[in-house]
Amino acid sequence: MKEFDPGEAPSSIVSITDRVKPLPLGAAVGSVHFLGDRAFFVGAEEGVAIATADGEITRMETHFGAILCAASDGKRLVTGGDDGKLIAIDAKGETSVIATDAKRRWIDNVALHGDGTLAWSAGKTAFVRNPKGEEKTFEVPSTVGGLAFAPKGLRLAIAHYNGVTLWFPNMAANPEFLEWAGSHLAVMFSPDNKFLVTAMHEPAMHGWRLADNRHMRMSGYPGRVRSMSWSVGGKGLATSGADTVIVWPFTSKDGPMGKEPAMLAPMPARVAVVACHPKNDIMAVGYADGTVLMVRLEDGAEILVRRNAGTAVSALGWNAKGTLLAFGTEDGDAGIVEM
Amino acid sequence: MAEASQKIPVTVLTGYLGAGKTTLLNRILSENHGKKYAVIVNEFGEIGIDNDLIIGADEEVFEMNNGCVCCTVRGDLVRIMDGLMKRKGKFDAIIVETTGLADPAPVAQTFFVDEDVQKNARLDAVVTVADAKWLSDRLKDAPEAKNQIAFADVIVLNKTDLVSKPELAEVEARIRGINPYAKLHRTERCQVGLTDVLERGAFDLDRILEIEPDFLEAGDDHDHDHGHHHDHNHHHHDHDHGHGGLKHYHDEDMQSLSLRSEKPLDPTKFMPWLQQLVATEGQKILRSKGILAFTGDDDRYVFQGVHMMLEGDHQRKWKDGEKRESRVVFIGRELPEQAIRDGFEQCITT
Repeated sequence: MKEFDPGEAPSSIVSITDRVKPLPLGAAVGSVHFLGDRAFFVGAEEGVAIATADGEITRMETHFGAILCAASDGKRLVTGGDDGKLIAIDAKGETSVIATDAKRRWIDNVALHGDGTLAWSAGKTAFVRNPKGEEKTFEVPSTVGGLAFAPKGLRLAIAHYNGVTLWFPNMAANPEFLEWAGSHLAVMFSPDNKFLVTAMHEPAMHGWRLADNRHMRMSGYPGRVRSMSWSVGGKGLATSGADTVIVWPFTSKDGPMGKEPAMLAPMPARVAVVACHPKNDIMAVGYADGTVLMVRLEDGAEILVRRNAGTAVSALGWNAKGTLLAFGTEDGDAGIVEM
Repeated sequence: MAEASQKIPVTVLTGYLGAGKTTLLNRILSENHGKKYAVIVNEFGEIGIDNDLIIGADEEVFEMNNGCVCCTVRGDLVRIMDGLMKRKGKFDAIIVETTGLADPAPVAQTFFVDEDVQKNARLDAVVTVADAKWLSDRLKDAPEAKNQIAFADVIVLNKTDLVSKPELAEVEARIRGINPYAKLHRTERCQVGLTDVLERGAFDLDRILEIEPDFLEAGDDHDHDHGHHHDHNHHHHDHDHGHGGLKHYHDEDMQSLSLRSEKPLDPTKFMPWLQQLVATEGQKILRSKGILAFTGDDDRYVFQGVHMMLEGDHQRKWKDGEKRESRVVFIGRELPEQAIRDGFEQCITT
C-alpha cells in the first residue's frame, strides 16, 4: 500500500500520470469492462475497442447505432443497442447475437447472473434467459429503469416508476413490489443480499432493507446519481452526483439509516464515475472535468491518475485481480494503468 | 454547460386528433433543408413517417418528488434523450410529436427540470396544429385541445380550405381569445414555411420580444396604430387584445392576461410576488413571460415560465431612447385576474 501514500504536503499530490498508457480511442466511451487482462471499452455508438495493458488497441463494430447498456461478469460482455440487438462478446473478442427485439425497440438495460442467466429490458418488458436458452418475460407498469440480479438465488430486481419489482423467474410466486414514489433508474443489491438501492431520477437514492422492507432515504445530492459502486466486501456504497464522492456506510444491520455518509475526494468538479477496487479499500474516481483520482476509503488519501482535461470521465473499471485500472472519457480519450 | 447555440433544438409538435400533425411532420422531413432530424413519435411503427431516426415513445408522465404538485415530466423522454445524446452529431434537431390528447406541459417541463436533458438540448417552440373546421367544437368539448392552443408558441391553423371566410374568422377569434401571443399561420395541408415552425427560439430569453411582435401590441393599451379598421366592440371591456376588426371571444376558462407599467418595478417586491404567484397559482398558469424594467437597474430583465417553473435573467442594457416599460403576460385557466393585477400594482415603484 506504499504507493497510495499521499505524501507529506497535501498540496503536492502523488501522481502516477506518467505511468498511464494512453489509448486514443477517438470515440466517446460509455463504459469499460475487463475480460481477463484486456480492457473492453464500450463506445457510446457502434462498437467496442479492446485494449491491452501495453496499449495495443483492437476495434470491432457490434451495433448499428447507439449502445445503450452493457454488463459483464468477467467472462463475457453483453451490450444492448438502439438497433434492438443484444450482443455478447467473449474474452477472445468473438461476438454473437443473443437476441434481436422483434419490434426493434431499444435495449435499455442488461444484467448478468453468476450462473450464466441473462436479463435485459426493452420498454416495459423484462426478459430473462437461462443458460439452456429458456426465455421468460415480465411486464412492469412503466419503462424499466434498471435491472439487477440478487447475489443469491435467481431473483431479478426491476426498477421502474414508483418502485422496484422483485421477480423470481423460476417460481410461480407473485413478484414482490417495493414501493417508493418517483422514477427509479439504476438498481443494485448489496453484496450480502441484505439491501437493495436505487438511483432515482431526482438527485437522490433510495434503499430498502430486504428483511423488513424498511426504507432508506439517501438524498442531498446536487446532481443525479449516475454511478454507484460497492467497496470491497460491501462495506460502503460509493456514489457520484456531488463534488465529492459520497460513500454510504453499510457495515451495520441498519445500513446507512441514521448515519452520515463519508464525503471523500472533494474537487471543484462533479464526480461522474466511481469504481471501487475489487480487493482493497480503494476507489477510482472520475470527474466531470476529466480528472481521475485513486482514493483510499479509510482516510481519503488521493493519487492523481489523470489531470483535468476538459470533458468528463465516462468510464472506469478494474480487472478482477485489481492490478489494472482503465478509464475512458466522453471525447474518446482513454488510458490504462498497471498498479 | 454548452451555449444555447450548441444545444440541440427541440420542437414539440402537438395538436388534436386528426388536425394534421403527421402531415406537418412529413412536410418538415421531406423538405430539402439538408438537416437531419431525430423524430420522437408517440406510437412506434406509426404509418407514413419517412425518417432515418424515429423513436417510439410511451408518453410516461412522471411526477417529480420536489413538492410541486403540477411538476410532471415525460420520463420516457428523459430516457430517450439520454440515448439520443450518445449519437450526438448524427442529427441537427429533434422533433417530439405528442399524442392528440397530450398535455404539452410535461414535455416542456422535462426541458426545464432535467439537468442532463438541459445540458444538451433546448426547447425551441411548442407548435400546435389545429383543424380549422373542427377546432371550435373541440374547444368546447376537449380540454386537451384548449390546453394545446393555450400552450402554443406557433399555431398552424390547418384545413382552411374546408371552411368559409366567416368560419375562419370565427375560429381565429376563438384561438385569440385563448392565446393572442402565438404566431398563427393559416394553411392547407400544413403548407407552412419551415422557418415559421422551426428554429423559433420561443423559449430563448433573448428572443422573447424579437419573435413576438404581438406581444408588443397586446394588453389594454390601444393607442398604437394598426393601419386598418379598428373595432372596440369587445365582448369583454377589460380584456382586449388589439386585433382590429376581429371578433373577440373571452374563453370561459382559459385566458391570457397582460400587465404593463411605464413606471419601474421594485425588484425586491416583484420577484417574491412572482415566485409566490406561480407557487400558489402555478397549476392554473400554463405559460408566463415578461420583460421588466427595475428601479435603479440599467439592464432589461426577462423571464419566462411553464406552470411553477420560472427562469429569468438580465438580458441587456436598455437602449438609449428605448421606452423602459415592463410587460408581463400570463396564459392560464381561471386566472385570478384582479388579484394578479392588484399584486402587480403593488410592485410598481412609486
